[in-house]
Amino acid sequence: MKTLKRPRSLSATGFLLIVTIGLFVLMYAAGMLAFSGQGFAKPQMFLNLFISNAGLIVISCGMTLVMITGGIDISVGSVTALVCMVVAYQMERNGASAFTAILFALGIGLAFGIVQGFLVAYLDIQPFIVSLAGLFFGRGMTAIVSTDMISIKNETFLAWAKYQIYLPFGSNNKKGIYQPAYIYPTVIVALLVVLFIFILLRYTKFGRKVYAIGGNQQSALMMGLNVRRTKFEAYLLDGFLAGLGGFLFALNSCAGFVEQAKGLEMDAISSSVIGGTLLSGGVGNPIGTLFGVLIKGTISSLITTQGTLSSWWVRIALSALLCFFIVLQSIITSRKQKQR
Amino acid sequence: MKKVLSLLLTAALAISLAACGGAASSTPAASSAAPAASTASTTGGNDLIVVGFSQVGAESDWRTANTESMKSTFTEANGYKLIFDDAQQKQENQITAIRNFIQQEVDYIVLAPVTETGWDTVLQEAKDAGIPVIIVDRMIDVSDDSLFTAWVGSDFRAEGDKAVAWMEEKFAGVDQLNIVHIQGTIGSSAQIGRTDGLNAGVEKNSNWKIIAQQTGEFTQAKGQEVMESVLKQYDDIDVVYCENDNEAFGAIDAIEAAGKTYGVNGDITVISFDATHAGLTDTLAGKINFNVECNPLHGPRVEKIIQQLEKGETPDKLAYVDEETFDATTITQAIVDARAY
Repeated sequence: MKTLKRPRSLSATGFLLIVTIGLFVLMYAAGMLAFSGQGFAKPQMFLNLFISNAGLIVISCGMTLVMITGGIDISVGSVTALVCMVVAYQMERNGASAFTAILFALGIGLAFGIVQGFLVAYLDIQPFIVSLAGLFFGRGMTAIVSTDMISIKNETFLAWAKYQIYLPFGSNNKKGIYQPAYIYPTVIVALLVVLFIFILLRYTKFGRKVYAIGGNQQSALMMGLNVRRTKFEAYLLDGFLAGLGGFLFALNSCAGFVEQAKGLEMDAISSSVIGGTLLSGGVGNPIGTLFGVLIKGTISSLITTQGTLSSWWVRIALSALLCFFIVLQSIITSRKQKQR
Repeated sequence: MKKVLSLLLTAALAISLAACGGAASSTPAASSAAPAASTASTTGGNDLIVVGFSQVGAESDWRTANTESMKSTFTEANGYKLIFDDAQQKQENQITAIRNFIQQEVDYIVLAPVTETGWDTVLQEAKDAGIPVIIVDRMIDVSDDSLFTAWVGSDFRAEGDKAVAWMEEKFAGVDQLNIVHIQGTIGSSAQIGRTDGLNAGVEKNSNWKIIAQQTGEFTQAKGQEVMESVLKQYDDIDVVYCENDNEAFGAIDAIEAAGKTYGVNGDITVISFDATHAGLTDTLAGKINFNVECNPLHGPRVEKIIQQLEKGETPDKLAYVDEETFDATTITQAIVDARAY
């Protein structure tokens, strides 16, 4: 009885979440069976999924948030490139400290969030067009800051980037030497963000407003919700997360250059969709998005480990998964409409 | 009741679909499980040396030849198992691939980096795991040189110098030499070395003048675009210095469209780099006057380094591949035919 009383959107969210997590477990288990001799069963292989994708996890959480409102933000890849470049440029050419660099990163993210949020929420411009402009602007500005490839050599920054947090478990390498598993601080930040967004969406007034707007903007308006304000706040938070994610990305790549993070927005969108976020809005969950990112990481990991398959198969596998989830989502939406 | 039933049905459909999806994605895995298992047992017996190679991508013929050279060198017949990863031009993919190689415990990591920057963290991980890293093609910019064992690649500055030396000989005694400089992708090692070579030549020869300098991003389309705009501005171009063959093809198209003559029997002298099969074909046809080779066959050099390391020797930190030059007046059909890439 309890399940029937819950709002429709939440149970759809829950259902899609179970499918995503199930798929991830299935794929990873298959990998562990097939490639146990090539390190797939090692805990570090699993942790590497988080290490390599920490920035993407944070950025995808922001993407999920705006997608739940029925919007989209395709500027995040460019914002990441701009953040990496400004961070690198400020530290290496202007002698800024690593702490100032964080402020720059978050400031850039917030600035994008404010402008894009204002245009989408208060001027009712299509989010796709607004963020398309953001995409061009971000990439262009990156080139204006510098067209050089800048290596980050700031000592504090490198100390953060290389700071390994050892975990109380590990594995033996083939020479029999025990190697403890480790993560970087970026992973902790990323997981905290997922948790924060999860709580925000599930247990706060803001979260319920976000779902209500995405579910049906008209009725949200008639219910007396401040649609514009909520949308603006969602884009603001999304921008902030893009800035933060960009900084985590910089910690992983330790460099700034124009071509960086090209197509990252598409990775974020596909991770959200695979994680159960409806493009039409109203349904989505950051936990699912986290697993969406992990699924993407697992596919590329499987193909790299296999060693002879072209890495383009990653894209093909992802496209198959996207199709699968879109079909699943359309079944859910059509069911939703029938009930009305 | 109907509601519950339909929900259950959807769930069943989803699970069956998911099972299909899972099966589809694990088919390549399953089919490769057998050979993987067999090689795993052989590596256990230390028969095969496992090499993980992270390649930039497949953006040009040169790159494809580079990949083929590696693949044909590190074969099972030669005692190697090659794990190849195409990074699709993305640095983050390479970082992920190297982490994967480390967990697979490959014996050597070969890296053809997309960028010169940003390798500190991941190469430190490789060093901690005790896996030697050999860099090929582009050089990397790291805070600590001990993060890589050796580098194999072209001496781009020497390539530029070779072209300049040829120009000095050909244009000795000319009053003024107007040079159009179509650069490669700014910041790449090839662009930096080849540009430095030309700049040094211009400094040395006071009658040489660069009238236009712009990037063609190593592509034919951009090379043509740059040359078209330069041809509109200047009438008396003597030399076009293209930093790779693709740019030269573009520049030639632009010159042809503008109705000017070029090559051996023309007004504009075309200089190019890379000497790919297509580039040499144009050199033989007299369209490109001088072509400096950029040798992509790194496989044998890398293998030599690995063999030295296997024996416990210390290889040279920097190893340059041998590179030739081709003059349109002396090149033969046989040379062009012998070129595989």
